[in-house]
Amino acid sequence: MMKRVYAKEEVCIGCRLCEVYCAVEHSLSRDIIRAYKYEQPKPEPRVTVEEKEHISFALQCRHCDEPLCVEACITGAMMKDESGRVIHREEKCIGCWTCVLVCPYGAPRRDLSRGKVVKCDLCQSTGREIPACVEMCPNRALVFEER
Amino acid sequence: MSYVVIGNSVASVGAIEAIRKVDKKTPIVVISDEPYSVYSRPLISEYLSGKVGEEMMNYRDSDFYERNRVTTKFNVKAVSINSRTKRVRLKNEEEIEYKKLLIATGGIPFVPPIEGRDKDGVFTFTKLDDAKRLKARVESFNHLVVIGAGLIGLKVTESLRQRGVPVTVVELSNRVMSTVLDEEAGRIIRSAIEREGVEVITGLTVEEITGKEKVTGVKLTNGNRIKCDAVVIAIGVIPNTSLAKDAGIRVNRGIITDSTMKTNIPHVYAAGDVTEGPDYLSKGNRVFPIWPNAYIQGKIAGYNMAGVKREFTGGIAMNSIELFGVPVLTAGLSNVEDENLEVLKKSEESTYKKNGYT
Ligand SMILES: Cc1cc2nc3c(=O)[nH]c(=O)nc-3n(C[C@H](O)[C@H](O)[C@H](O)COP(=O)(O)OP(=O)(O)OC[C@H]3O[C@@H](n4cnc5c(N)ncnc54)[C@H](O)[C@@H]3O)c2cc1C
Repeated sequence: MMKRVYAKEEVCIGCRLCEVYCAVEHSLSRDIIRAYKYEQPKPEPRVTVEEKEHISFALQCRHCDEPLCVEACITGAMMKDESGRVIHREEKCIGCWTCVLVCPYGAPRRDLSRGKVVKCDLCQSTGREIPACVEMCPNRALVFEER
Repeated sequence: MSYVVIGNSVASVGAIEAIRKVDKKTPIVVISDEPYSVYSRPLISEYLSGKVGEEMMNYRDSDFYERNRVTTKFNVKAVSINSRTKRVRLKNEEEIEYKKLLIATGGIPFVPPIEGRDKDGVFTFTKLDDAKRLKARVESFNHLVVIGAGLIGLKVTESLRQRGVPVTVVELSNRVMSTVLDEEAGRIIRSAIEREGVEVITGLTVEEITGKEKVTGVKLTNGNRIKCDAVVIAIGVIPNTSLAKDAGIRVNRGIITDSTMKTNIPHVYAAGDVTEGPDYLSKGNRVFPIWPNAYIQGKIAGYNMAGVKREFTGGIAMNSIELFGVPVLTAGLSNVEDENLEVLKKSEESTYKKNGYT
């Protein structure tokens, strides 16, 4: 069993702060002002708030047990690590977007400025225990737990 | 006794990774007539263009075989299968007994009987060594003709163009990528190709490759001639079934399997481009020569070989590829004219979207 991020749509107000904090967390400077105003390429969030009328929730990689993105990746950039996380090794990504095509959740995003895919790594690369989106959500609309 | 896998590409990796999820002990032997650890075949065009180096071609980490306790027999061809004694014979006379066998011999380039196809300067493009051969001579080409404007033909064209080689593409059908793209999408890609200075000729093919020992030109079906010093034949890939056929395994276009990826012969499975497996959209079987399909079929075969019953729910044609700067995503029957389909289309400046529903 592994911990994953789950959304509570009943308390999500669609403020998109999770996107902001995710982008900052994965930026070079990890500073909100510098990341957003000066970094080139602009850091991309790995979480998307899906929104329609009064329903909204944040969606990121589900770290599937049998991830289609890993099976379909033509370069081996996508892999499932020992802990169960689906990890994207950007240095091996050539931007063919096959994972974008096959992911049933629409989780991998295209970072067009770098020609590579970006996706949630549960903040493993940044050394956080609890992902930034979960910790920074003002409404506690995201939880990080085993289910 | 071992699990034996013939072929060392993505279907083989899918099988190895599945087997090792459920059986950590039984030896696995992988046989390949290529000399390399598993590499990303689709990347050979990026290797030719220089976008990726050889170290980036590796599909799995360098400890892959060791970590999965796989014995490798590289650079040696499997020449026959004896399903009665359950043995595979290699070119170097070695014989390997199998508990379960997976045939993952992939595809081979289809080369039609064009006159002059044996001349020096005629290439196919499906292996790393093909890319190396082309790369070694790329500086010397003044003009090159690619026969076939399918995925492989256009990828090799793009790479050669990036290396500065003038290229003409000759395609028999009336548009590029005709198996997956409709006319409008075909036009978008064609103009992207032509923008890069590549000549595209459709509705014709090469009838003869001319020259003494070396290629000096081609003659088209309308009698026109093009001067060139090299030709890449990229008409298509066909299942590499000879080993299976000789062993009495049932083959149509590809090796026919059931939904567990088993062939008609006990203990023998098949996966990947060599296979005609169940089709998701029709009741029959079909060859799906694409990477994701090969992995998934390999995985299903691996589980069943190791005694865990899993079924392949059927392949779907799908592809995502960037051609001359244009990302192209297709899935399912992306190019059928069927009045029972409800089709939604949207064309904007630089994007074209089409969805069909039954
Ligand atoms: C240039 C190019 C670009 C491509 N781009 C894409 C893409 O963008 N997306 C996509 O989905 N697909 C793409 N494909 C297709 C994809 O590469 C194949 O679907 C995939 O490689 C099939 O894998 P496989 O394991 O079935 O067999 P293969 O990759 O064909 O490998 C079979 C292996 O078996 C070996 N072998 C065969 N016979 C024997 C024998 N008797 N003894 C020992 N070894 C043997 C062969 O040498 C080969 O190494 C591309 C292919 C090419 C050539």
